[in-house]
Amino acid sequence: MAEPRAMTSTTHSSQTVQNPLQRFLIATEIDTRLLGMIGALAIIWIGFNFFSGGLFLTPRNLWNLSVQTASVAVMVTGMVLVIVTRNIDLSVGSILGVVGMVMGVMQTQILPSQFGLGLGHPLIWVLSLATGLAVGVGIGGLQGAIIAYLRVPAFIVTLGGYLVWRGAAWWVTAGRTVAPMDSTFQLMGGGPDGSIGALWSWVIAGVACAAIVIGLYFGRRQRQRFNFPQRPVWAEISLAVIGCGATIAAVWVANAYPWPVRIAERFAEANGIAVPEGGLFISHGIAIPVLIAVGVGVVMTFLATRTRFGRYVYAMGGNPEAAELAGINTRWVTVKIFMLMGALCAIAAAISTARLNAATNALGTLDELYVIAAAVIGGTSLAGGVGSIAGALLGALVMQSLQSGMVLMGIDSPLQSIVVGMVLVFAVWLDTLYRRNKH
Amino acid sequence: MLDTGKPLVEMTDISISFGGIHAVDRASIDLHSGEVVGLLGHNGAGKSTLIKILSGAYKRDEGEIRINGEPATINNPRDAKAYGIETIYQQLAVADNVDAAANLFLGREMVTSLGTLDDAAMESKAREVMGRLNPNFRRFKEPVKALSGGQRQSVAIARAILFNARILIMDEPTAALGPQETAQVGELIKQLKSEGIGIFLISHDIHDVFDLADRVVVMKNGQVVGQAKTSDVTKDEVLGMIIMGKVPAGAQPGPGAIAD
Repeated sequence: MAEPRAMTSTTHSSQTVQNPLQRFLIATEIDTRLLGMIGALAIIWIGFNFFSGGLFLTPRNLWNLSVQTASVAVMVTGMVLVIVTRNIDLSVGSILGVVGMVMGVMQTQILPSQFGLGLGHPLIWVLSLATGLAVGVGIGGLQGAIIAYLRVPAFIVTLGGYLVWRGAAWWVTAGRTVAPMDSTFQLMGGGPDGSIGALWSWVIAGVACAAIVIGLYFGRRQRQRFNFPQRPVWAEISLAVIGCGATIAAVWVANAYPWPVRIAERFAEANGIAVPEGGLFISHGIAIPVLIAVGVGVVMTFLATRTRFGRYVYAMGGNPEAAELAGINTRWVTVKIFMLMGALCAIAAAISTARLNAATNALGTLDELYVIAAAVIGGTSLAGGVGSIAGALLGALVMQSLQSGMVLMGIDSPLQSIVVGMVLVFAVWLDTLYRRNKH
Repeated sequence: MLDTGKPLVEMTDISISFGGIHAVDRASIDLHSGEVVGLLGHNGAGKSTLIKILSGAYKRDEGEIRINGEPATINNPRDAKAYGIETIYQQLAVADNVDAAANLFLGREMVTSLGTLDDAAMESKAREVMGRLNPNFRRFKEPVKALSGGQRQSVAIARAILFNARILIMDEPTAALGPQETAQVGELIKQLKSEGIGIFLISHDIHDVFDLADRVVVMKNGQVVGQAKTSDVTKDEVLGMIIMGKVPAGAQPGPGAIAD
C-alpha cells in the first residue's frame, strides 16, 4: 500500500472482491440487469415448457418465436432512442400500416403495370423496399420536425400520427387488402424459402464468433495502449466462450428444425433427389427476418454506443439543457431519431407484409404498445437517459415468449391480454426496486 | 498594464426583457485578456442573464458585443464556442447519465479514423486534465450522477479548460464546493489568468471573488451600478454597491447608480 494511486489506476476493480460470483460479474463487466432479464426469460421458457408438456422448448417453436419477434424487435431498437431522449412514439404501428400498404401497392400494381416491369421482375422488391423506406423516413422526419422545431410534445404529435397514418393506410387502396406479394419480397417474411439453410447458418455463426473474439481482442489492445485497467484474461476468455456458445446454440436450434415433410418431398421431386426412408431432413436454418432483426440490432447498438449521434442521444436524455449548452444541435438530433424510427417501421412493415403475404388495413394495429412495452421491460426509463438496445431486444423476446407460450397452452385471448398487461406493470416495478437498491 | 490594447470582450448597452420585465437594462461590461472581472449582485440582479447573452444561451434584444474589437454574432452556444467563449454554469450543466470523459468532450468528441468515438483516447485525455485539476479523481467509468458536487464541478471546469478557451465564464463556480476544492479552483483561476485567458466570475457572494478578481462590476435590478478595481475599493464599499447601489469614491458609476 505504499503507492495506492498507482495501484488503483492499473489493477482491475475485480481483484478486490472475494465472493466468486461477484468477482466473476465485476471482472467480465456484464450488466447485471441484462443478466436478470436473461434469467427471467429462462424462467418463462422453462415454465411454459413444463406446463405445455414439452411443446415450448422445441426447435420448431423456438424458430417460430424468433420469426414472430422480428418485426417488433426491429422497431424497438428505434423506440429505445426515442424514449431515451424523453420522447415517445405512439404512431409506429400506424406508420407500419401505411408503409406496408405503399409497398404492397408498389409491387402489385405500380411497378409491374404502370412502370411496365411485369410481375416477378428482380428489381421489384428492391424498389418497393426503397420506396417504403423513403416514405417511412419522410413520415418520421415530418413528425420529428414538428416535435423539435414547432415544440409540440411528442406524445401529441405521434398520437395525431397514430390516427393520421392509420387513416392514410386505408386511403391508399380504399381499404382493400393487397396480395400476393412479389416472390423475392416474400423471402423477408421467413418460411422454408425465406430461411438461409444449414450451411449458411453455420457460416454466419462462424463470422459472428470471429467478430466476438476480434472485438474483445481489439478492446483489450486499445486499453493496453492507454495503460488502463484491464479485465483479467480468464474473464475475457469466459466472455468469448459465452458469446460464441450462445451463437452456436442458437444456430444449432435453427438448424434442428426441418422443412415440413410435404414441402421437402416437393423440393426433392423438383430437384430429382431420392427421398430416403424416414423422410428428407432439410434444415430451415436462420430465418431471413431474424437475420434482418439481428443485423438491425447490431447496427443500432453500434450507432448508440460508438457514434457521436448515439452519445448525443444519451446526453440529451440525461440533461437536455446541458446538451444544448454544450453546443449540440438538439433539434436536428431529435429529427434524426424520428427519421430513424420511421426507417425501422418501414423495415418492420416489409417483414410483416412479407410474412402475411399481404398488406392489410389492420397491419401493425397495437404494435406501438407492444414496442413501447418491450422497450420498457427491457430497461428503458421513461424519465429519459437510460436504456440499451440489447435490453430492449430481450424485452421484445420476453413479450413474444409470453404470448406464444399462452397460445401453446390454449389460454383464451382476453386472458392473454390481462397477463401481458400485468407482466408489464410487474416488470417495471421490479426495475424500480433494482434501481433503488443500486444507488 | 491591463488597460492597454483592445478589450477581449466589450458588451455595450445590452438589454433583454422577458414578458415586459427588463432583466438586463442597457448594461455595458468589458474584459481584457489575462484579467479576472468579478460580476456581483443579488440573486435576480441580472448578472447571470447578462452573461448568458455572451455565452449564447439567450439572445439579446438590443446592444452590441465585440470580441477583440470586431462585432460578434452570437445566436447560440455553438457560436459562442467558436469565439473561444467557454461557460461553467451555476446549475452544473453536465449530463448526469454519462461518464466524465463523455461530459468533457460533449459536443466535440474525439473520433477514430473510421469516424467512430475514440473512447479510450478521450478517457486518456480526461485522466490527464482531471489529474491536473483534481488528482484524487478516480471514477472515470461511472455516470456523473454517482459523483459528489465537487467532483461534478471539477468535471465542468475541466470541460471548459480542455478546449483552450480564451474567455471563460464561471457562474458561481465554487458554490457547490468544499473549502479544499474552492482553494483548488482559486489556484486554477490564477493559472488560467497567467496564460492570458480573460475570466468573468459571477457571484452573489463578494467573498468568493474579491481576492481573485482584478476588477468588480456590480449589478442591481438589471442595471450596472458601477465598477472598480479591487485595489481601489474595500469589500465594505463593494457591499454597499451591491446592497444599496451606492457608489464609493474609488469606483466609476454606471447607469444604475443612485444619486446622493
